Amino acid sequence: MNTATASRYTAEYQTIASALPGQDLPWLKALRAEALAQFSEQGFPSPREEEWRYTNVSALEKKLFSPSKSLTAGDVDAEWLKSCRLQDAWVVVLVNGHFSAELSVLEGLPEAVSVMSMADALAKQPDKLEKYLGLAANQSEHSFIAFNTAWFTDGLFVHVPAKQVLDRPVQLLHIVTGIDAMATTRNIFIADEMSEAKVIETFVGSDIARDGVYAASQSGTGAANAYLTAAVTEVFVEQNADLTLYKMQSESEKAYHFGGTYIKQARDARFTHHNFAFGGLLARSDIHVDLDHASECELNGLYLGVKRQHIDNYTRINHLKPYAISRELYKGVLDDRARGVFQGRVTVAVDAQKTDSQMNNRNLLLSDDAEADTKPQLEIYADDVKCGHGVTVGQLDEKSIFYLQSRCIDEETARNMLTFAFANEMVDKIKIKGLHDMVLEQLLARFPQEGVNKEWL
Amino acid sequence: MLSIKDLTVNVNDKQILKGINLEIKAGEIHAIMGPNGSGKSTLSHVLSGKSGYTVTGGTATYQGKNLLEMAPEIRAREGVFLAFQYPVEIPGVSNVYLLKAALNSIRKHHGQPEVDAMDFLTLVKEKVRLLEMDEKFLYRAVNEGFSGGEKKRNEILQMAILEPKLCIMDETDSGLDIDALKIVAEGVNSLRSPERSFVMVTHYQRLLDYIKPDFVHVLAHGQIVKSGGPELALELEEKGYSWVEDDQAAA
Repeated sequence: MNTATASRYTAEYQTIASALPGQDLPWLKALRAEALAQFSEQGFPSPREEEWRYTNVSALEKKLFSPSKSLTAGDVDAEWLKSCRLQDAWVVVLVNGHFSAELSVLEGLPEAVSVMSMADALAKQPDKLEKYLGLAANQSEHSFIAFNTAWFTDGLFVHVPAKQVLDRPVQLLHIVTGIDAMATTRNIFIADEMSEAKVIETFVGSDIARDGVYAASQSGTGAANAYLTAAVTEVFVEQNADLTLYKMQSESEKAYHFGGTYIKQARDARFTHHNFAFGGLLARSDIHVDLDHASECELNGLYLGVKRQHIDNYTRINHLKPYAISRELYKGVLDDRARGVFQGRVTVAVDAQKTDSQMNNRNLLLSDDAEADTKPQLEIYADDVKCGHGVTVGQLDEKSIFYLQSRCIDEETARNMLTFAFANEMVDKIKIKGLHDMVLEQLLARFPQEGVNKEWL
Repeated sequence: MLSIKDLTVNVNDKQILKGINLEIKAGEIHAIMGPNGSGKSTLSHVLSGKSGYTVTGGTATYQGKNLLEMAPEIRAREGVFLAFQYPVEIPGVSNVYLLKAALNSIRKHHGQPEVDAMDFLTLVKEKVRLLEMDEKFLYRAVNEGFSGGEKKRNEILQMAILEPKLCIMDETDSGLDIDALKIVAEGVNSLRSPERSFVMVTHYQRLLDYIKPDFVHVLAHGQIVKSGGPELALELEEKGYSWVEDDQAAA
């Protein structure tokens, strides 16, 4: 193993350890120590591991990203921040891995609902956190989880009590501004019985901050920062509860993003995930769902790669009990020399009779140098189930292009329209207007839009 | 309007059209009938500019211009409309978006400003009513999940809004039940005008019960073997295509 390089981060650990939240909690100290030991031994995941075979993270070991000990929100551009913050939402802003009360918007929260920083939660509700932290994210899964447990500086804690329906979404705005910075955050979202909530995770980087849109930084006017985001989110959807989680990842061009979302669904619980993976030089998302009796999950994903981006999505759905339903659709659009990876694994346990599962992955390659790797896997141990999967990798359909041409549209516009339409199917699934528009803008900024008229959409 | 002279076309080095001659004047409706494999669809595809066909000889002149030199979208903007035998489903692009994009492309081509949003909506809704379509269709993805009849009706809707000069209708009647056929035919008939010509490519006579052609041409083995008035279609229906094919073989 890469003990020598891994220890570079480990060696630095003592410089941050005392600044990490929850120092007074023995259980957390023990948990962090255990995680640190595991990470020190294993290092970052290696392509030799089956689940990481398409994604080489060794660049992280060549660089040394540094966490910041405290909040440094001074250099966040106010105007730009406004454009990232959703209207009609409670917004929790984390800058370089630390909560900024000043930039956050939390007025009018129902009293029984907790929306607070992880550091606050550890101070105010330590017993609850002791119960939930690490309950959904299994440290032995891969060493990024251990890394996150050892290093996390803050995060978002959301707890919606039973029967409470949150009428506004909660937005986590995760900003990284520093050069060679490292933001390691841990989030916990709990939706108690029969509650309903929507949570949005947005990951953005500072070079966007300066230029407004990603496209500007691509043209070379903005100096893109290299930094590392390592975020782990644990989600608990209790009986009959309904939680929708959106993730919009539009990190800077040179950023590394590792995000893990681990969901435990109780009986009859519903969970919907929308994963928009647009940014970063190297980005990996893990989504891992455990389904109980008659629970339902829907996983949607859209990954867009341009230039030399490498975007990897790994999903796992565990049908543990009978009658659960899972639906998954991931789409990828890859241009230039970008590489997209989809690995989707569905396991159906012996007990999970009457499972109903559908998984689909569709990829559009816009250039000869772009690459899509896709690996759907079904592991079925029960004998009375309905499971299917489908995969496509291809170019735009020539018949569709001719059809549009015969309707007066020139070929280039036709191609742009069809590319846009392919991706827009996923954007159109967003039920929150402000977020929809934000994601749409990101989509339009990433691909040639000549002839695609936003006003007509 | 359209003058085709000695047109020969190959597909993959195989000659499909073997010297087509056709004169279509403004306001006329021409039916082109023929058995499967006679080259009917090839003719409509070549006229609309679909790739995969090689013109090896002859000309097609549309309003004094060389039609075969134009890109498909230019032909469309100049007023050539192909109603597809199998209209393509385009998920993610709404009907109304496509109509607007198409209409504005035509206007731009003719140096006119973009259509006013309100005027456009009024126009579209009027045509939707005319074709007895549900307004909801406008906001659905182009042809996605439409029934066969809905797709064909959608083609006529596009035609009604884009107001082409030359409409090429490729097997419009295929896959339509009698009610849908009537609605489509009514739509086409309402678009008849002294300035607009139609080329109706069809295998069967039944469409011609509802849209009365001025001329009927029979295409067999890549050539027009017989031309006549509407009565020719009835004769064909009665005697079958073997009648003209036998004639051709004898000649």
